Amino acid sequence: MNNEISGVILLFLLTVILAYPLGKYIANVFSGKKTLTGFLNPVERFIFRVSGINPAEPMNWKQFLKAMLTINLLWLVYGFFLLIFQDKLPMNPDGNPGQTPDLAFNTAISFLVNCNLQHYSGESGLTYFTQLFVVTFLQFVSAGTGIAVLIGLFNGLKEKTTNNLGNFWNYLVKSITRILLPLSVIVALLLAFNGTPAGFGGKDSIVTLQGDSVQVSRGPAAGMIAIKQLGTNGGGWFGVNSAHPLENPNYFTNAVETISILLIPIALVFALGFYINRKKLARVIFGVMTFLFVIFCSINIYYEMKGNPAIDKLGVAQTAGSMEGKEVRFGAAATALWSVATTSTSNGSVNGMHDSLTPISGGVVILDMMVNALYGGVGVGLLNYFIFIIIAVFISGLMVGRTPEFMGHKVEAREIKIAALVTLLSAFLIKGFTALAAYMVAHHPEIAWQVKPGAWLNNPSYHGFSEMLYEYTSANANNGSGFEGLGDNNPFWNITTGIVLILGRYLPIIAPIAIMGLLANKKFIPESPGTLRTDSGTFGMMTLAVIIIITALSYLPALALGPLAEYFSLY
Amino acid sequence: MATKKRAIKLFEPELIGTAIRQSFVKLNPVLMVKNPVMFTVEIGTAVMLAVALFQLITGDRTQGALWYNTTIFVILLLTVLFANFAEALAEARGKAQAESLRKTREDTPAKKIFPVGEMEVNEVKVVHSSQLRKGDLFLCEAGDIIPMDGEIVEGLATIDESAITGESAPVIREAGGDKSSVTGGTKVLSDRIKVRVTTEPGESFLDKMIALVEGASRQKTPNEIALTILLAAFTLIFIIVCVTLKPFADYANTPISIAAFISLFVCLIPTTIGGLLSAIGIAGMDRALRANVIAKSGKAVETAGDVDVLLLDKTGTITIGNRKATHFYPVNGMEEKEFMQLTALSSLADDTPEGKSVIELAAQNGVQAKTEAGMSFIKFTAETRSSGVHIPGGMTILKGAFDAIRDKAAKAGNAVPAETAEKVRLISSNGGTPLVVAVNNEIKGVIELQDIIKPGIQERFERLRKMGVKTVMVTGDNPLTAKYIAEVAGVDDFIAEAKPEDKMNYIRKEQQSGKLVAMMGDGTNDAPALAQADVGVSMNSGTQAAKEAGNMVDLDNDPTKLIEVVEIGKQLLITRGTLTTFSIANDVAKYFAIVPALFIASIPALQSLNIMGLKSPESAILSAVIFNALIIPVLIPLALKGVAYKPIGASALLRRNLLIYGLGGVLVPFIGIKGIDLLLGLFM
Repeated sequence: MNNEISGVILLFLLTVILAYPLGKYIANVFSGKKTLTGFLNPVERFIFRVSGINPAEPMNWKQFLKAMLTINLLWLVYGFFLLIFQDKLPMNPDGNPGQTPDLAFNTAISFLVNCNLQHYSGESGLTYFTQLFVVTFLQFVSAGTGIAVLIGLFNGLKEKTTNNLGNFWNYLVKSITRILLPLSVIVALLLAFNGTPAGFGGKDSIVTLQGDSVQVSRGPAAGMIAIKQLGTNGGGWFGVNSAHPLENPNYFTNAVETISILLIPIALVFALGFYINRKKLARVIFGVMTFLFVIFCSINIYYEMKGNPAIDKLGVAQTAGSMEGKEVRFGAAATALWSVATTSTSNGSVNGMHDSLTPISGGVVILDMMVNALYGGVGVGLLNYFIFIIIAVFISGLMVGRTPEFMGHKVEAREIKIAALVTLLSAFLIKGFTALAAYMVAHHPEIAWQVKPGAWLNNPSYHGFSEMLYEYTSANANNGSGFEGLGDNNPFWNITTGIVLILGRYLPIIAPIAIMGLLANKKFIPESPGTLRTDSGTFGMMTLAVIIIITALSYLPALALGPLAEYFSLY
Repeated sequence: MATKKRAIKLFEPELIGTAIRQSFVKLNPVLMVKNPVMFTVEIGTAVMLAVALFQLITGDRTQGALWYNTTIFVILLLTVLFANFAEALAEARGKAQAESLRKTREDTPAKKIFPVGEMEVNEVKVVHSSQLRKGDLFLCEAGDIIPMDGEIVEGLATIDESAITGESAPVIREAGGDKSSVTGGTKVLSDRIKVRVTTEPGESFLDKMIALVEGASRQKTPNEIALTILLAAFTLIFIIVCVTLKPFADYANTPISIAAFISLFVCLIPTTIGGLLSAIGIAGMDRALRANVIAKSGKAVETAGDVDVLLLDKTGTITIGNRKATHFYPVNGMEEKEFMQLTALSSLADDTPEGKSVIELAAQNGVQAKTEAGMSFIKFTAETRSSGVHIPGGMTILKGAFDAIRDKAAKAGNAVPAETAEKVRLISSNGGTPLVVAVNNEIKGVIELQDIIKPGIQERFERLRKMGVKTVMVTGDNPLTAKYIAEVAGVDDFIAEAKPEDKMNYIRKEQQSGKLVAMMGDGTNDAPALAQADVGVSMNSGTQAAKEAGNMVDLDNDPTKLIEVVEIGKQLLITRGTLTTFSIANDVAKYFAIVPALFIASIPALQSLNIMGLKSPESAILSAVIFNALIIPVLIPLALKGVAYKPIGASALLRRNLLIYGLGGVLVPFIGIKGIDLLLGLFM
């Protein structure tokens, strides 16, 4: 078999092999069992004592969400002001300026919501201080928030009838001390040993082979890059993210970073099985997610390795595949795998430019973010999947002649209302705002804005449409990658994507927790032979059908006008 | 079954007329707004009408040809009408069923009893039944039609209830006890009864229930509400899809006509299930009614589909009527004929079915016993637990429970033969009831009484087990007997030596563990348990209290009816689920028909999406809209009859229905739309 393809397959298998024990470890951490990291207990006790938190205090779903939202609001204000005033703060050897308020708004939200959409370049838009104390800090706590919320959901599933989703503060602290920090240390070390900078020195200058003198940005990057991969954050230290030779120096670091993207999201699926003691359910969920993931990967690898037909027509051989916007040290297959991994998980880091993907692959990564539940963002991926489960449970419950129930709790009008709202929300945010942008481009290209709508798009026609669609899809999915052809650092894009970011983050967290809170409060119905088992392959198929149908029906016209139109006119 | 005579054909010509008229009446937006999906279609229809009129007046052609817009308008109107028709037809069928019930309670003469003064001397006058009020007394004699629902206060009569139940065999009703209730419209065949009216005219229990069946006071069930929300959400998603398509198209420099927008929208929203949803609900109630069960609410029928535990009385449900004598076992070498003679004599005055069966069995063996002068009979009392006869000449024959006779024998100094004790134990452990016979307190032998289990009952329980329903037998028998019968009949659990409160406790216990319990009952002492159960089916012959307490009434008084009720409930949900799946799966093909048609002019490359090879953009859109409209009437029979329920386990059932209605829902419209396109191609 082709070396590139075997590499990709090995990489994915290795990820699953590592994720399984990690899932068990995560379940053990949160169910309070003994683990390898028990020595951190005093550290956590210290944090709780200083913060006046009783980690054993029970919380119902409303208290749980209130705690989550309050601390997130605090972080937003903190991040916003630090970014505006970063030029006056220390650790700015390159003398970078403070951010404009609309950019700071976008950036603070973007990192707070685990999206890391970047309308700036790290080298010139941030200082070492904000890189560390805003960006890296938020990368840890936003991923921690995702895990903590998910554990709340697990608690609801675990108990027969309960008000208590557990203590948010306890889970937040432990997800950072026990999971994110230790893993980041390992990954950061691997990166640093392979050449990623980890010091505080400012720009260095080198003379290239051509004899030009070039300034090279540096900084304490390794640690930040580790958490940006592990925490499905994705916002790079450098502007071009993991395509940058210092952010991702070689094939080995690329392997480490690819594994890091998928590791925790997959581990959390297994953790579900261990934590609530339903391993079969976890396997079915993993199966459905992996099924779509593998299909998406196969499509992208195929099209990227095949090359661009426009170049074929010129009579140029493309033995390495479509290499526009890709790094020679990774190759087409590994870049295609990364493109699917990063969009499946709402990570958003890139090791090649998505804008340069062939049309179908570009469409697949957009579609992947529209689904946003194939492993998904740390914690939130499973929450999104939970919404699909609720809808699948409802329809299939009817189809077997029982009023629908999930894990022994009846799914009724209120839960369906919330689930339906969330399903609506992403369609509304993505399509609504893309429509707004398309409208501005079509009808008011010359309006006197800082950047005229007519100048937003670097590519005309279908591809330009895909760029706008990608931007909002990425914002809604809290993914953060971009079709970088778009001129997005201006008030229109900073503010609209900021709104999409907030709504696309918090409502899909609030909704599943609210549903879980309501369900867990209901009387428990024991399983009978007439109960539809949600841990069966059949139900997995049903969920898969719901995911495909809802996504296809919501987005097919938009995809037809962007990637599909481009594909059919190119091939 | 007795229900045949009320079966109404699916498309009864008379009903069709009413339903068509109603389809237009229902176009009233005030009524339509209750169905959000179809309401949006109606708005779309109105817009198309406006477009067509505008074109007619101004001659404007920017929105496509006039004939095309008019055709779209007509098809959309038909879509709404088809949906209305489905609902109207279901309602009309319900009404027709109700009407046939109501006919039984037309005005009839009533022999009202007027108390005269303070004395017990009463006067009887004939009045109209509509003049009877609650609490009035009336008299009925052989040949009279009972004018009102009531309770017998005096007397006993055989009554022909076929008008209500369709069952021609007469039933006995008598004062006191659980069989004292009579229903208006039924006919007294023999004897004479005095009845107290229990309801005001037009408010009788059946009247109220008939109104429910007619759909007049029908309320949406919780599950229906949840599904409506989900369908409304889908509709909103498609509003977003269609509204955002306008700027998308502007960006791509593609003009899209109003007709195309509205067609796309109407095709995408789940009109199939939206149009059939209320028809499905009404048809569910109607199916229950056709099984001769009147449900107090649609919710009760739905709940029945979820039942986990079924409480069934042994007698009449699992076994046929009462126990019968099956064997005689004389002891001490007594001749069998001689022993039979004794037992027959002892049973002469025994009016219980058991007693009669003893005489019957003896007669079958050629042994007759006659009442002779001088015999005096000993009545059964709860204290002595035995009955018998004194025969002139000093012989006393007693027949009764083993311990009662044993005590008497012991008192008289007679030993109990080991043979007898052994036989008694054996009979009991085989689910039988032993009766011991003694002459002058000396034990002569044992009679074996056995329950006869209804043929086919095991298969029904097996079916219930596959549905995931646990069956529980309730009996007054001792645990040993109960266990034996439970095993033979194949029920999962039993309550032996049951007192009314035992039923109640059992229901509570099951409910506490989250299960839904259904039970059937007829007596007043069943009322609390009927009220406590999630589904309580009372028999029409039962007392008023029992009927008020339950949430369904079975007109046939057939205890196995619960099983049918459970299936009807499941069918109702399945029909909703499968048609929803079908409706949404249809959208895939519709997208492939309409999306390329919309953009064909400006983006020729998208022609590759026209995988059906539809002729032109106009014919593609028309075909999709026509298919969308036609599928509603095509599915009306399925909606009204319900999707068949097969007890093959939840996962297998889901697989089956996903394959038929999910995959089928994806494939059928591809074929349908292509077919319509080919037909249209002949004209366009």
